[in-house]
Amino acid sequence: MSATETKASTIKLADIAHAHAGDKGNRCNISVIPYKSEDYEFLLSELTEERVLQHFQYRKPVSVKRYRLDNLPALNFVIDQVLEGGVNRSLGLDGHGQSLSFHLLSMDLVMQEPC
Amino acid sequence: MNPGDNTVVRIGCAAGFAGDRFDASETVIEYLEQFDGPRYLMFEVLAERTLAITKALQREDPGKGYSPFLHSYLKPVIKRCHAAGIKIVTNAGASNPTQAGKLVNEMAKAEGIADYCIAVVEGDNLFEQMSEADVLKLEKMDDMEFGQPLLSANVYLGAAGIVEALQASADIIITGRVSDPALALGPLIYEFGWAQDDWDSLAAGTLVGHLIECGCQLTGATFVDPGRKDKDTLSAPGLSAVGIARMGYPIAEVSEDGSAVITKLPGSGGLVSLQTVKEQMLYEIHDPGAYITPDVILDMTSVSLQQSGVDRVLVKGARGAARPDKLKVTVSFDGGWLGEAGLSYAGSNSLARARFAIEVLEERIKLKNFKPQVRLDIIGLVSVLDDDSGTLRKTAEGRPDGDYRIRAAVRAHDKTEVEWLLSEVLALWAAGPAGAAGFRESISAQVFTGSVLINRQAASGHRISILETNA
Repeated sequence: MSATETKASTIKLADIAHAHAGDKGNRCNISVIPYKSEDYEFLLSELTEERVLQHFQYRKPVSVKRYRLDNLPALNFVIDQVLEGGVNRSLGLDGHGQSLSFHLLSMDLVMQEPC
Repeated sequence: MNPGDNTVVRIGCAAGFAGDRFDASETVIEYLEQFDGPRYLMFEVLAERTLAITKALQREDPGKGYSPFLHSYLKPVIKRCHAAGIKIVTNAGASNPTQAGKLVNEMAKAEGIADYCIAVVEGDNLFEQMSEADVLKLEKMDDMEFGQPLLSANVYLGAAGIVEALQASADIIITGRVSDPALALGPLIYEFGWAQDDWDSLAAGTLVGHLIECGCQLTGATFVDPGRKDKDTLSAPGLSAVGIARMGYPIAEVSEDGSAVITKLPGSGGLVSLQTVKEQMLYEIHDPGAYITPDVILDMTSVSLQQSGVDRVLVKGARGAARPDKLKVTVSFDGGWLGEAGLSYAGSNSLARARFAIEVLEERIKLKNFKPQVRLDIIGLVSVLDDDSGTLRKTAEGRPDGDYRIRAAVRAHDKTEVEWLLSEVLALWAAGPAGAAGFRESISAQVFTGSVLINRQAASGHRISILETNA
């Protein structure tokens, strides 16, 4: 078998990273921090603004912006209008959106691994 | 006592929100008492909504408006801190710092503290200098509609008032709305003599304040995710329930160059690791290259972290850019009434009965032509992650005989409308599916907040007043 052959396996984001949500008004930020620095590159390529927007689509966010912190390493996602009005106006149980980081951690990611 | 420590300023944070553990200060004071040199104890208890709520309390009684937890946090600690030479900085003045100062003065007398110097920092209340009409003309930070009349308008002050209070030899400083990190930055500017335009140092001090202002979020409390995060940590015992029940709240040991070691009392619960510090560093941050405060714009993309010992993380490399010309103002206004009610269904066919109850409510709402915004959830199926229109609930699958609770939430300016919806949930007890259990309801007045920007020159800035206790 060639060393370059790989097989795809599906993992959860929670398998390789932890995350924490914060809020300001109707805006949520979610930090995503890989347990191992070597997984940062994989996160950079897979955890795009588009994928995160899609993951939260049912709440109709208007935008997702990704910020890089290469030194840590970590990513910071800012998701606009995803909090159903935010802590002021939301009728839901989680106006602060504290559980949304765990929703993100449930995302499936496809990882290529050597056979 | 540990000589040679005078080059380090130690700041501990014993409350990260209004309602944080009232005995958390014990771990912080016990740590600080081991050392000589400048030491500070900080209580951050003033979220934007908390300020709006205290303002509402002050409207009912002009003698209120300070943090309802002022005594809970301060009474157990002021005598001990004064004896140990630990100064206290807190925003527990909320919307009535003057009254909070008077009460602390009485508290100090009752505790028999001689020569206690209390400083009150004010100037954040824009209604002292502007009319409501002028506030409403200020530039909005988003497209939120404001209700009228405005209940409050408070501009975020920076660290300058706290520095001035320390120059006046204050033992305790009580503020209203200042930026949260300023509670730590003020003491650091005072102790190290950092210049007003030493942006990198001001940024480093702001980062320290940002890290510790949420209390035990930095030392592992909100980090806990059993069976996951603790697998990779060396000190997992601190993250057990036993550990978290004995949380050590955070301490920053700051050097003149702005670098800081984050730590906690040895033997206390919790954890200070690269992971816990990273989570708190990015908490409520948008652009990490430009965290805007009244004192400086902090760039944390250059920050590096290093585990320098057990429960010790070295933080350094913050960069700063010149402070902004505009300051953020939080306004608050009446948000009407929020009502919530629920009923539970359990045992055989419970999910179908819970879904049926929701359908009956939807029909009743239609029949009444009820206009206010309503949200319906089935707790136990999907509720927390769902949106207001129940998108996930409609297709979610659950155990047919699980333990479910329907929840109705409604907001309206007319309280009778809120009461009507709650009465409809109660009526389901009889006029609904079988086996409804555990009706509970609540109704509460709501305050909304919004944000505007004001030119720095247009705001009059801080002012301080000093009260001296001579017991």
